[in-house]
Amino acid sequence: MAWTREQVAARAAKELQDGFYVNLGIGIPTLVANYIPDGVDVTLQSENGLLGIGPFPYEGEADPDLINAGKQTITILPSSSFFSSADSFAMIRGGHIDLTILGAMEVAANGDIANWTIPGKMVKGMGGAMDLVAGVKKVIVVMDHANKAGESKVLERCSLPLTGAGVVDLIITDLCVMACDKAKGGGLTLIELAPDVTLDEVKAKTAAPFTVAPELAKAA
Amino acid sequence: MTQKVYDSPAAALDGLLFDGMTIMSGGFGLSGNPESLIPQIRDSGVKNLTVISNNAGADGFGLWMLLQTRQIKKMIASYVGENKLFEQQYLSGELELELNPQGTLAERIRAGGAGIPAFYTRTGVGTVVAEGKPVEEFEGQLYVRETWLRADLAIVKAWKADTAGNLIYRRTARNFNPNMATAGKVTVAEVEEIVPVGSLDPEAIHTPGIYVDRLIKSTINEKKIEKLTERKRETA
Repeated sequence: MAWTREQVAARAAKELQDGFYVNLGIGIPTLVANYIPDGVDVTLQSENGLLGIGPFPYEGEADPDLINAGKQTITILPSSSFFSSADSFAMIRGGHIDLTILGAMEVAANGDIANWTIPGKMVKGMGGAMDLVAGVKKVIVVMDHANKAGESKVLERCSLPLTGAGVVDLIITDLCVMACDKAKGGGLTLIELAPDVTLDEVKAKTAAPFTVAPELAKAA
Repeated sequence: MTQKVYDSPAAALDGLLFDGMTIMSGGFGLSGNPESLIPQIRDSGVKNLTVISNNAGADGFGLWMLLQTRQIKKMIASYVGENKLFEQQYLSGELELELNPQGTLAERIRAGGAGIPAFYTRTGVGTVVAEGKPVEEFEGQLYVRETWLRADLAIVKAWKADTAGNLIYRRTARNFNPNMATAGKVTVAEVEEIVPVGSLDPEAIHTPGIYVDRLIKSTINEKKIEKLTERKRETA
């Protein structure tokens, strides 16, 4: 069984470590906040100018002056702080954020990621995505392994315009988890399979070369 | 001391608007938008504007008003999704668009206000954003050169001001406002409350009054919520 969206989010949450400052993208990444492991204390950053995102407000208590980067109403925590957009991205670009989790349309074996535009269709804009992948210490991509046409989103090289070059550390899809050795210019290693997903299935559905972690190779 | 407090959006913008000018407008989505000043710019009829703002309003709100009247010639922004009118005008070629990564946009504005004509950033290296721009290596890492942004006019929204123009923003409505306040040749602020000098704690000022030329009390404070997300209170 491939992982569901919720299960992908739960798997990504296992990458959170106590004390981490984390920025979560829109979509599946936002769900990661629901699966923060017990005993792990993380601080969520919202690039519109908040460190320490609290839960959604109770009904009738939403404040229009308190939103996240997805423009959803939120709350603050006793530890929260506010700052300007320039300060927010100084925090991001300056390497002070430990981890970002975001979605993608394509990821490549060399650590490239494309997630902001499809030429010929409407350009919405990259928002803060380019800053996040360039500046955050660890970049995790969560996405479906294949697009709606059944084509692999894990590629040897991206075909869409890039969000960042050589920036991805870990790819978590509905089928598996792959590590990307961005420090050495790329190279994917399959490190985990979703339950009942086989190595052959991942090989068949991945349009990029990858090695298999020794533990997994043994099990297969 | 020069009188900074004006009694209406029209008075605050009087003499400042001209065709072809560049205007910065604070806000992230519809949060922290100068809601009273934007309609006044619309009503003035000024055209061929270059507008620098993170977004371009949302259907019926914010900078959308200036799109509707076709007063904007060029938009410099980081995200313009969820805006059908923008899409229409962009696809038909009526509207120019320069997309910037959000952090690069914020830093270009900060640099503009701080008198720094250019800076290097890792953001966008290896992407279309870096095309045509100098790329240089520092300590083994590639960085792209970005230039400052300044405007003929910056319009910002704050929560409180004193009559000296010192500003305090509220929560995430701060966003681009303090950065833009520094980067306008003239900066006009609208605030929810104007208090006498001495009423605000000098330690708590976000934007020192030197950056604010004109000040009005907001006449429109609609503060539309784009995505209302709530949870149910657990019953005891």
